[in-house]
Amino acid sequence: MAVKVSMKVNGKAVSEEVETRTLLVTFIREHLHLTGTHVGCDTAQCGACTVSMNGKAVKACSMLAMQAEGADIMTIEGVAKADGTLHPMQAAFKEHHGLQCGFCTPGMVMNAVDFATRHPGASEQEVRESLEGNLCRCTGYHNIVKSIMAGSKAMAGK
Amino acid sequence: MGAPLIGARIQRKEDYRFLTGAGQYTDDVTLPRQTYAAFVRSPHGHAKIKSINAAKAKAAPGVLAVYTGEDIAAAKLGGLPCGWLITDVNGQPMKEPPHPVLAQGKVHHVGEQVAVVIAETLDQARDAAELVQVDYEVLPAVADVRLARAKGAPQVHGIAPDNTCYVWALGDKAAVDAAFAKAAHVTKLDFVNNRLIPNAIEPRAANGSYSRADDAYTLYVASQNPHVERLLMTAFVMGLPEHKVRVVAGDVGGGFGSKIFLYAEDVVVTWAAKQLNRPVKWTADRSESFTSDAHGRDHHTIAELALDKDGKFLAMRVKTTANVGAYLSTFASCVPTILYATLLAGQYTTPAIHCEVTAVFTNTAPVDAYRGAGRPEATYVVERLVETAAREMKMDPAEIRRKNFIRSFPYQTPVALLYDIGDYDATMDAAQKLGDVAGYPARKKASAAKGKLRGMGYAAYIEACGIAPSAVAGSLGARAGLFEAGEVRVHPTGSVTVFTGSHSHGQGHETTFAQVVADRLGMPIENVDIVHGDTSKILFGMGTYGSRSIAVGGTAIVKALDKIIAKGKKIAAHLLEASEGDIEYANGVFKVTGTDKQKLFGEVAFAAYVPHNYPHDKLEPGLNENAFYDPANFTFPAGTYVCEVEVDPETGVVKVDRWTAVDDFGKIINPMIVEGQVHGGLTQGIGQALTEGAKYDSTGQLVTGSFMDYCIPRADDVPMFQVDTRETPCTHNPLGVKGCGEAGAIGAPAALINAITDALGVKDIAMPATPQNVWRTLNQKKAA
Repeated sequence: MAVKVSMKVNGKAVSEEVETRTLLVTFIREHLHLTGTHVGCDTAQCGACTVSMNGKAVKACSMLAMQAEGADIMTIEGVAKADGTLHPMQAAFKEHHGLQCGFCTPGMVMNAVDFATRHPGASEQEVRESLEGNLCRCTGYHNIVKSIMAGSKAMAGK
Repeated sequence: MGAPLIGARIQRKEDYRFLTGAGQYTDDVTLPRQTYAAFVRSPHGHAKIKSINAAKAKAAPGVLAVYTGEDIAAAKLGGLPCGWLITDVNGQPMKEPPHPVLAQGKVHHVGEQVAVVIAETLDQARDAAELVQVDYEVLPAVADVRLARAKGAPQVHGIAPDNTCYVWALGDKAAVDAAFAKAAHVTKLDFVNNRLIPNAIEPRAANGSYSRADDAYTLYVASQNPHVERLLMTAFVMGLPEHKVRVVAGDVGGGFGSKIFLYAEDVVVTWAAKQLNRPVKWTADRSESFTSDAHGRDHHTIAELALDKDGKFLAMRVKTTANVGAYLSTFASCVPTILYATLLAGQYTTPAIHCEVTAVFTNTAPVDAYRGAGRPEATYVVERLVETAAREMKMDPAEIRRKNFIRSFPYQTPVALLYDIGDYDATMDAAQKLGDVAGYPARKKASAAKGKLRGMGYAAYIEACGIAPSAVAGSLGARAGLFEAGEVRVHPTGSVTVFTGSHSHGQGHETTFAQVVADRLGMPIENVDIVHGDTSKILFGMGTYGSRSIAVGGTAIVKALDKIIAKGKKIAAHLLEASEGDIEYANGVFKVTGTDKQKLFGEVAFAAYVPHNYPHDKLEPGLNENAFYDPANFTFPAGTYVCEVEVDPETGVVKVDRWTAVDDFGKIINPMIVEGQVHGGLTQGIGQALTEGAKYDSTGQLVTGSFMDYCIPRADDVPMFQVDTRETPCTHNPLGVKGCGEAGAIGAPAALINAITDALGVKDIAMPATPQNVWRTLNQKKAA
């Protein structure tokens, strides 16, 4: 069965006919062609599909596109400024080598931006716990943790 | 001139695209008229296929085709080849069962490809795959490496009696037996090196297309070595000439070995694209990755170390059974032999070593190279034996190592390798200092006061990287060369594009290689771009594995740069009206020695492309050079890891409290990237020792088939790492580099298990040391 879904994605209103079973991540990747949001598992463990929905990080593989009806979605493509300047969290990942193959990176950044907004000044242990739902196989998390702590500081203007 | 680029912490050129979602991974590529494939896979470990009824699937909405093994046989597609021939102890070739891309009459492991459904949309393909009816007659299965040769074990392949692929040996057995006979002490261990599933976060993917206009194929694929993929697929499977197949491995989301190999899906989508005259895309879901990616490790080993009364190593005897799974994957045969037994000397002067390896078939996914590939298994043998021997002989584990370190180079080991250089005291000393080993007793006391058990463990590993001298590899059974290729294209206004046969899937070559080029040519790094991963752009390549990229691929680039500079000198000599021998090149300037007459690199490049004033009688126009480099020897990175754990005896939870790694990778181009490689490798090694273990039940069912059941480390499973390096430059490549990609995964498991056994006061514990395993071990010890 097809259904029409409408939402705002990266500040732009979008509206598409989709099958009711279409996942939000499929809608983003296949219908909107925003391929920065990735799929790394099928059990909501890896977090590569993380996007921001109404300001909160959510796993786009674990909800239907229909459930995002009317929502304000931001994907990794919408994080940097319009002129291409990196968001402070993105800049921190670059500065601290918080990424290697780049596949988990969009999800890491989306989760980190949400976490840093809600928990400014979090400790290293709290940052590690915030990554429970984001898997990285390359970095050993060492530099991701450093990046998030630095990005968090930069976002708070410190 | 700016600061030197070699050794600088340059931020990565590739990061912007990954951080903004602009990476182009295989699944991100959608072609005009794209179709989608879904594979029907075996749910059984071992079964006969009695019949396949695809009628309902073929009639389902959107379905374009359903292919089975019969179609593959009718099309005369070959099976997947193994790239390394091992000859057994009797001089016979290993057993090589056919490995069809879609099962022919029988399935041998859960996840094996049985049929493919191709449809207009992915959902349609998946829905229709559910409608393919396969009638199986389930057969008894064998999955456990320890049971494969048991009496009455189910036979996986008729051509391999006792499920034996080969029995292979290395070393002087008589010398080893003689040394054991006079030993003052023998340490013995019997363990399983646990089976691992690589789990790059990007699942495998392949998108094949075909052009009738050109009678040519293009395959986008998540691969670590697109040229090797093309060579295997064209020459061995599809019978196509290579110039009709382009393989593109763009951004690849991690490999760790698992994307070296040619897989059935890659062949099927490429072949089907021609049948349908439309592109066919397949991307694994994680369940498919678990059951059909090549796994790693899975050895059962009995190992013994003979020592004299002072703790000097006299001999080592190792007997290993290695599980190769249901079929021989691309490099499956060389991993537990050539890449394993040759490393058993470690950092030590052990005079006699003998290793016998029996490779067995089982009803499990194929096992092949996974980060370290043979070398983590060897290091685990050596470093567990050494630490256990020290404890049994009441010696300090660092001192027993020092007593046996190799200190004179070059050093010929009794297991075929010739170490060119190293300084094992330097890495051991530095690791002890950085890890504050002196402060360990106080920390142990503090842990005890909290009711916790603290333990410390070392691993002093060595690896053989920079794979490999082709002639040596060939004499050992390699069916391919192992050189690397590079091309340096200087543009008319002096900027440079470099094409490399190495492949980056997280290693940061676009930055590291650009540092090498910019340093050598004396130009800003912004003027250099590195291109990789496309057979239509790169002249040739053997790809990235075995920590070979900088040592072999980097050297090929340096050789091409040398040719560029040599030609540039000739052009400059002409322009400056000087003799070629008087031209020197430094910092981007060709200069007549001892004068102020000079030409900038850009001026020389321009003259090469606008050759109005040019030595046409002696030189061709243009400034573009290729080089192939075949290494003279392996490189031998080595180092010492010191790990401290704190165990909660109530819960069995192991906290990795301190980790110090001091590595000798030779010259380092970008320390930031090298440290990142070490962090990642260590974490995979910690995963092996602490959280990861693939389990099949007795029917061949994979019971750890998702991230819910197979635990790769989370951020709170690992500590901040203390890493440092010492440097003995490699003697046989111009950069003095050795490679760093696998070290962490090679050294970490032994260090961690040494620490855990120290904390628990037990001789051994099986990997992974999960809380349940640790708790049970402690309670068994109490009961005993």
